[in-house]
Amino acid sequence: MDRRAPPVPSRPGLYVHVPFCLTKCPYCHFYSRSPFGREDVNRWLDALSLEAALYRDLFPPFDTVYIGGGTPSALTASEMGRLAAAIRGNFTIEPFSEWTVEVNPGDATAGLLAVYRDLGINRVNAGIQSFDDETLSFLGRRHDARQAAKAVEALRNAGFDNIGLDLLYGIPGQTVEEWLETLSAALRYGPEHLSCYELTVEQGTPFSVLREKGVLPPLPEDLSLRFFMETSGRLTDSGYLHYEVSNFARDASLRSGHNRKYWDHTPYLGLGPSAHSFLDGRRWWNGEDLDAWEKSLREGRRPAGGEEVLTAGQRCLESLFLGLRTSEGISLDGFREEHGIDLLARQGGLVERSAAEGLLVVDGGALKPTVRGMAVADGLARLFSESLSLRDGVSGPSGT
Amino acid sequence: MNQIRNFSIIAHIDHGKSTLADRMIQFTGLVEDRNFKDQILDNMDIERERGITIKSQAVSLPYRAADGQEYTLNLIDTPGHVDFSYEVSRSLASCEGVLLLVDAAQGVQAQTVANLYMAMEHDLEVIPVINKIDLPTADIERVMEQIDGELGIDPYKAIPCSAKAGIGIEPIFEAIVKKIPPPKGDDGLPLSALIFDAKYDPFRGTIIHCRVFDGRVRAGDQIRFMHNGTVYRVEEVGKFLLTRSRMESLGAGEVGYIIAGVKTVSDVHVGDTITLDGRPCAKPLPGFREAKPVVFASIYPIASDDYEELSIALEKYKLNDAALVYQKDSSVALGQGFRCGFLGLLHLDIVQERLEREFNQSIVLSVPSVRYRFTLKMGEVLEIDNPSLYPDPAKIDRTEEPYIRATMMFPEKYLGTVMKLCLDKRGSNTRIHYPSPGRTELFVEMPLAEVIFDFYDRLKTLTQGYGSFDYEIIDYRVSDLVLLDILVNGEKVDALSQIVHRDRARERGVHACDRLKDEIPRQMFKIAIQGAIGGQIVSRSTISPFRKDVIAKCYGGDITRKRKLLEKQKKGKKRMKMVGNVSIPQSAFIAVLKSDTD
Repeated sequence: MDRRAPPVPSRPGLYVHVPFCLTKCPYCHFYSRSPFGREDVNRWLDALSLEAALYRDLFPPFDTVYIGGGTPSALTASEMGRLAAAIRGNFTIEPFSEWTVEVNPGDATAGLLAVYRDLGINRVNAGIQSFDDETLSFLGRRHDARQAAKAVEALRNAGFDNIGLDLLYGIPGQTVEEWLETLSAALRYGPEHLSCYELTVEQGTPFSVLREKGVLPPLPEDLSLRFFMETSGRLTDSGYLHYEVSNFARDASLRSGHNRKYWDHTPYLGLGPSAHSFLDGRRWWNGEDLDAWEKSLREGRRPAGGEEVLTAGQRCLESLFLGLRTSEGISLDGFREEHGIDLLARQGGLVERSAAEGLLVVDGGALKPTVRGMAVADGLARLFSESLSLRDGVSGPSGT
Repeated sequence: MNQIRNFSIIAHIDHGKSTLADRMIQFTGLVEDRNFKDQILDNMDIERERGITIKSQAVSLPYRAADGQEYTLNLIDTPGHVDFSYEVSRSLASCEGVLLLVDAAQGVQAQTVANLYMAMEHDLEVIPVINKIDLPTADIERVMEQIDGELGIDPYKAIPCSAKAGIGIEPIFEAIVKKIPPPKGDDGLPLSALIFDAKYDPFRGTIIHCRVFDGRVRAGDQIRFMHNGTVYRVEEVGKFLLTRSRMESLGAGEVGYIIAGVKTVSDVHVGDTITLDGRPCAKPLPGFREAKPVVFASIYPIASDDYEELSIALEKYKLNDAALVYQKDSSVALGQGFRCGFLGLLHLDIVQERLEREFNQSIVLSVPSVRYRFTLKMGEVLEIDNPSLYPDPAKIDRTEEPYIRATMMFPEKYLGTVMKLCLDKRGSNTRIHYPSPGRTELFVEMPLAEVIFDFYDRLKTLTQGYGSFDYEIIDYRVSDLVLLDILVNGEKVDALSQIVHRDRARERGVHACDRLKDEIPRQMFKIAIQGAIGGQIVSRSTISPFRKDVIAKCYGGDITRKRKLLEKQKKGKKRMKMVGNVSIPQSAFIAVLKSDTD
């Protein structure tokens, strides 16, 4: 199978949110129902077909499909089959598209994975998080290190040649050395893709309650930076491309084609409660409520939770902060085309200064962050957008 | 006229003046209890929050006394801060008597004494009132001893009360009626009325608050302000019954207001005398003085585009604050702004806060300065209150700075530490007085600039809150001055420049660098801060840059949420001024004047 970079210009991406989890992890803020019953899944699948039908003529063919959640692997083989059928029945999926599904290591049985293969799923992202039992139990995961290892083996045995592993670092009490052991364990499987996230305490999660009580203090900046730099160093040494703040790929063709669409204003459609969509400068999202979402679909309405039409300034800020998170950086031509701003001409001083500080390079017609630059991507983006809006008022109405 | 009493309440800050005024208003039934809002006379939010009265207020209280007669008691509230002592003196000049309020726990304080002296200068009947007698820490006997020993007033005349609890209010009313003499004056003489305050009303123009001494004024009269000779036609006169109540006329001895089509409060001078244009009085009432600013600072909009808006806001603000003076100013670092003169640091604070709250302006202030005097070798004398106008040092023959006489009162055990503070502040000609056992009154002559630079806060800290302070400006004295500049990333920030005494320059430079390091948040790049005198670097500090500033997770289509987070962070920086490529928060400009101990 050809795994070359997606066709240019890229096609839109399709996201499906599976809103079910066997257990809830205390750090996760994504919407899901737990516990749930098979009748919930049936209702969700029925409604999902209705939702897909509502959008079938709005989007051109997709070339990436991403089934996330929630826990997609909590679906049975036949449920996953119905989901795939609903997708294919309503949309055109280009040949050689990237089909990703998120898998919980505890669910990675040979039988289920074989069905995934049969359905055309060609990329699996496994929520390993850690190869350390203590860390896994702190994170409230339902798998242990042994199951994690077995899961990756099972994926390989099932024939997946594009595997991504999700890992978390910066767990309270965890040393950089302990983290690097988990990373080494992951590298033994030669995953095509690695996502290494610093543990972020999100509002409304059990962990945020702990933080309010002072039990889960934020990582000191120096330590956070050390985790980040060591991770980047270790993976780069192992031949991986550090292509986004938290994402690494064994080569450029193995970057997540779907996630990249979120970062460069490519259109995407999200189905299922809490899913987000983007088309023609408009972003809308479904509410985080399975029942309400289902009800409105049964009544023939789009289950809108909210929407926004990006102002020029917001679009510009997004291009800046998303671009500065990636090793490809911000294409100067692309930026001029999208926003009518010549970054080098208008922000020359800032670019020069950032370059002198080792945060950016201008290379191949793009403004590319260095690894140290990625570590401060948000700050850089703020700085660029501030000085742009100060001089040009690009940020749209500011009277707030 | 025999049924009128004009009085004021004087007190040290926080001794309960506004609370007592409230209680008295409530007692007369002018406001129904359920409509009562605490501290009615303190109309402004800032006044209520800080517990001080900034503007004078007046109210006429109807009272049926024990003798069965109806009286009108005119309460003229006074500002409670040393910055406004001239305004206090004009209010007192409008009265025949005062309630001297002393906190039962804190006892006599510097402002109590200063206010009493002022009342005595105006020959007023003084009724001592001991407030807060219900506090567990109240020590009425000690306070009575102080009233006797330190104020020289018969302590048995003192009325104990608790304004908060409403205890002892009626005896106060009776004392006002019995002890304070009714006003003297003659309706038949030419009009002479003292202006003790002026307020701006967007519909009516300036509302002049005045006390009529002689004569009578009514709508239709042509009145003349004796100081500048301007003439206006009276549209309305009246009294203050919490709100303005129109009257036929105001006669000798009465307190009330005049509306005469005066556009701004700046056209009216507190302390000026109003007379009739056609039949003027022989001479103005004594004590008039023009309010003179002593502290100067520049105000700049945070976003340069907002200059016009700030200009309009200042103009509007000025309608109600005659004491503020300002003119256009520009700074290399901060752009277009205004140089302003204030009565003192509190006045400066108030102006800043009101511009922000009531006029919605985002502003930064330059480091405040006093007005220095430079004599050049050519003989020319320059008065300079803006460090950016500092003359070429080679041409300076002599430099002088304003001095004050400070009066402080505190328990004797703090004498050593307070003396040390005063010497640190270049104090001289110290005089010590022991008004009663265990208490110290200290008189020191000091440069005004040293008082601006973190004096009062430190006095409070050193005396654990028991020290009180009052001052008056005495003269200019020769002093060895230099210009201290602050450089941020090598760029001079003129709004941070200060004129300082040469002996202090290095220390102040170090201090400024340290404070700025604390105040300026870390940014994307390293920030170098330097203090320089005539091109020589005397101090430096460095703010290290952010090294990690990125959210880990940015997948899933919810880009909106992440963007909003960034927008919020950006908004948090709105109160900062970009100087070169560094964002300097508003607080930094004032912080260089504060000590490390706050």
